[in-house]
Amino acid sequence: MKHIFSQVFHSGKFLVGFTILGILLLIIVFYPLIVRHPPLQIIGQGTFFPPGIYVSTYDAINAPTLYTLNLDDAAVRRIENRLSQEDRVAMQEWLVAFGVPESEIDITNTEQLLTQWETYYDPDLRLTGMTFARMRYFQRVNDSVDGLLSTSGVIIAARNPETNELEETGIIKQTDFANIGQVANVRFLALGTDNFGRDIMPQLVAAAGVSLLIGVIAGIIATAIGLVLGLLAGYVGGLVDDIIMFVTNLFTVIPTFVLLILISFSIGQEQRGAVTIAMVIGFTSWVWTARAVRSQVMSLRDRDHVNLSKLSGHPISRIIFADILPYIASYVVMAFILQVSSGILAEAQLSILGLGPRTTDTPTLGLMMNWSMIYQAHILGNWWAYLPVLLTIALITFSMNLMNTGLDQVFNPALRD
Amino acid sequence: MLEVRDLTTKYVTRYKEDVYAVDHVSLKIEEGKTLGIAGESGCGKSTLALSLMGYYFPPLHYTSGEIIIDGQNITGMKADDVRKSILGREIAYIPQAAMNALNPTRKIIDFIGDVVRAHDPSWTKQMINDHARASFERLGLPAEVLQKYPVELSGGMKQRTVIAVSVILSPKVLIADEPSSALDVTSQKMVIKMLRDLMDTGFIKAMIFITHELPLLYNVADEIMVMYAGQIVEHATAKQAVFDPLHPYAKGLMGSIIVPESGLRSAKLTAIPGSPPNLKNPPAGCRFAERCKYARADCKVMSVPLYDVAYKRAYRCVLTELELRRAYEHGE
Amino acid sequence: MASNRNLCLSGKGVTKVFGFGRQRTVAVDHVDFDFHEGEIISLVGESGSGKTTLAKMLLGLINTSEGEIFFQGQKRDISSGAKKREYWKNIQAIFQDPYSAFNTFHKIDEVLLDCIKLRGGGKLPKEEKVKLMTDACNFVNLKFAELTNKYPFELSGGQMQRLMIARIFLLKPRILVADEPTSMVDACSRATILDYLMKLREEIGMTLIFITHDIGLAYYVSDTVYIMEHGRFVESGTADAVILRPKEPYTRRLINDVPKIYEEWDLSTV
Repeated sequence: MKHIFSQVFHSGKFLVGFTILGILLLIIVFYPLIVRHPPLQIIGQGTFFPPGIYVSTYDAINAPTLYTLNLDDAAVRRIENRLSQEDRVAMQEWLVAFGVPESEIDITNTEQLLTQWETYYDPDLRLTGMTFARMRYFQRVNDSVDGLLSTSGVIIAARNPETNELEETGIIKQTDFANIGQVANVRFLALGTDNFGRDIMPQLVAAAGVSLLIGVIAGIIATAIGLVLGLLAGYVGGLVDDIIMFVTNLFTVIPTFVLLILISFSIGQEQRGAVTIAMVIGFTSWVWTARAVRSQVMSLRDRDHVNLSKLSGHPISRIIFADILPYIASYVVMAFILQVSSGILAEAQLSILGLGPRTTDTPTLGLMMNWSMIYQAHILGNWWAYLPVLLTIALITFSMNLMNTGLDQVFNPALRD
Repeated sequence: MLEVRDLTTKYVTRYKEDVYAVDHVSLKIEEGKTLGIAGESGCGKSTLALSLMGYYFPPLHYTSGEIIIDGQNITGMKADDVRKSILGREIAYIPQAAMNALNPTRKIIDFIGDVVRAHDPSWTKQMINDHARASFERLGLPAEVLQKYPVELSGGMKQRTVIAVSVILSPKVLIADEPSSALDVTSQKMVIKMLRDLMDTGFIKAMIFITHELPLLYNVADEIMVMYAGQIVEHATAKQAVFDPLHPYAKGLMGSIIVPESGLRSAKLTAIPGSPPNLKNPPAGCRFAERCKYARADCKVMSVPLYDVAYKRAYRCVLTELELRRAYEHGE
Repeated sequence: MASNRNLCLSGKGVTKVFGFGRQRTVAVDHVDFDFHEGEIISLVGESGSGKTTLAKMLLGLINTSEGEIFFQGQKRDISSGAKKREYWKNIQAIFQDPYSAFNTFHKIDEVLLDCIKLRGGGKLPKEEKVKLMTDACNFVNLKFAELTNKYPFELSGGQMQRLMIARIFLLKPRILVADEPTSMVDACSRATILDYLMKLREEIGMTLIFITHDIGLAYYVSDTVYIMEHGRFVESGTADAVILRPKEPYTRRLINDVPKIYEEWDLSTV
């Protein structure tokens, strides 16, 4: 047996798959210990905040020290942040219509462009061929660039509780910088927030864990059922085989997914926990394993070593455990891995349809997909709400299938490259 | 017709070890003759067959020696050139269980078309058809076979078909590796008859027949070479090799022949204990020494060359002919 | 030669049918046979002749569809597991392919210990068991001390075949069914295997039943030969009678198609 283990761990494909899965498991286990943010806590007021580092502007202003930094390109950066390419082209268009020679306008030089704009722009001027709507557009552009070139700073005023008037309490200059380490509240939202305003990152990690758990439970149940039924049908044969095959055929003809939907629906929202769903998936997906085990056992039944065992007077139980099971063990392990990965996918499919586990307790990968779909993240372009989930599902199933292929090559030398 | 000088080829294993499966083998076949190569599994006879074509691909590598076919030295030719000009045209090779090489989804005539066109793309379908029909008739195979799929044919018929296809471009030398092993006795006989006919009618100029079944070889080959652990240990005419072998291994091998004939009653079956050496680290000296009844002290020390005793008669042993014959008469 | 010896195994109208309806195949078709104690019998047939099926029926591994098998003159009763185990004290088998005959997960020691247990030696002290196993291995020229704690697949094919014979040495059955025992063995080792079987037979008076397609082997080893074709016995008799003076055309063809070395092998009768 040891040489089988060493062979397995030398298989490139198995190792890669195993490592990926291992890393994922480590993340799932250790991330919540390091980053102690509850996964389902609503922190964002509003939907789908994009990923990034969120700095509290209030705390930034009130940082203990404000440092003066004179950066050359600070002004340019400021302008470029507010002036999109579209806006700049519009400005150029207005200026040209106004009469400024085109050769003098350089939209890449924002400072010069702005200066030109401030010199020539007149909101009331209506140039030839300009619609009213277009004029309003230019006015809006003008408003947005108002004060971009100023260097006088922003005045902070607080309301005097007694006189109810605004009193100047300070000035924030364009050259004032705060050290982010000194800002009281900074939150790194690696994957932004979802539609409810929940931090996606810890949610994803927790969901991955739950989905894996569901997959493993479903896998264990499905493999166990498949193994027992397959063994009985394959070895005993006759009537037992016929009955089991009949049941298997029933389950084959009825589309598993439809069955899952029906059972899930009839259980009702309240009863649907993660474990329940796992059990449902397990009890409906054993068919393939049972068939495969049965055919393996049937071919093993006539082997010489089984005959030899019979001739040695071994009872049926011993023959099954000692002569048949070890020979299909590798097969069963591979079947288990595949069942787990398909269990995860099945849960995701159920949850996308809203028939998965309860939405309030635990997130699952499928549920996250569900929410992002219902709230139309894909239409709005909020990729962070569904893309990482997709990648995680893909990565988990990919790593498991890779492990499986690696194992297959170890156990079936004929498949080695 | 075919001459091989000092051919050595090796396998390189995954762990980069060299296994010298064919070790300094020399042989010569004249036109019209069949050479039989006998030996048990692992002695290198199949590797020799592959090596004789000059078609090497990993893990089989050529090390040294020369191969000359009908005057043409093909040593060191590139694999592609070998495939285009030698295989099928000069030398045809029928591997073990060749009948399994037939593509189950193509008719025989299409298979033949593929083979022919791989060598000479200028043949038209009509030409191929006519040529195939003529060849099959000449070889005594029914022409209907051409339109059938492999699964419709019996094992014996498939093997004969493969042989017919291998020689369809009239090569000079045919190398057959266990052509009849997987068949029942009747099909086996048909295959052998076909091969004999190929030689008798001059369709093939020379044949090398490889098998572990000695009675078969006796009936097919003119000369027999016995291989052991990658080397030739005996070379003699078929009759001499079977009834009067010199090398102790050959003697033991011939002593294990079982035939349903009354002549067997007087012969006592012999056995040789032990098993062939591992060719990763071949022993110094005689490779058979550790199993040999007549081994002497110096047998295991010095490597033993092939001694010629007569025209087309050689054996690889330090004991003289006289000593061996005497030992065989007395001892056993 | 065998007429006054006791009857060991005999059969009347033994038949085996597989499948039903359109897929009904008759593997063994109403065969009668009488095997005597101590006799060496060969069942010769090509693949598909039914010889393996008949062998399995003799061994009690599959049931007969029709007909009776008699053991030592009495109707054989293997209706229950216990009765089967009783029967298997008297009849054992060795198989063709040593590589698939042994369970790759069991060590050699276990394999041999099993045999000791079957013969009722389960309660023997350890040293005695080891002695029994060593003796069995010595019989086939294997050293038990070297084999202990190893797995069967670590041995060569020839060694594994000898291990199978060592098992038989421990089991000492009355009847041994040998299914193509030498077809996967090197020519040089064949005589050794056959030798061991003959020695065993002499020591414990075993009846040997060879199942083979090699008519030469049948001629060399057996007293009596049965030729099988399509589930029926085509011809039977002493080895000399059947092989040197065959009567039936099938037998004649079978013998003619085997290459000969002492006589001319006639290729024209293809």
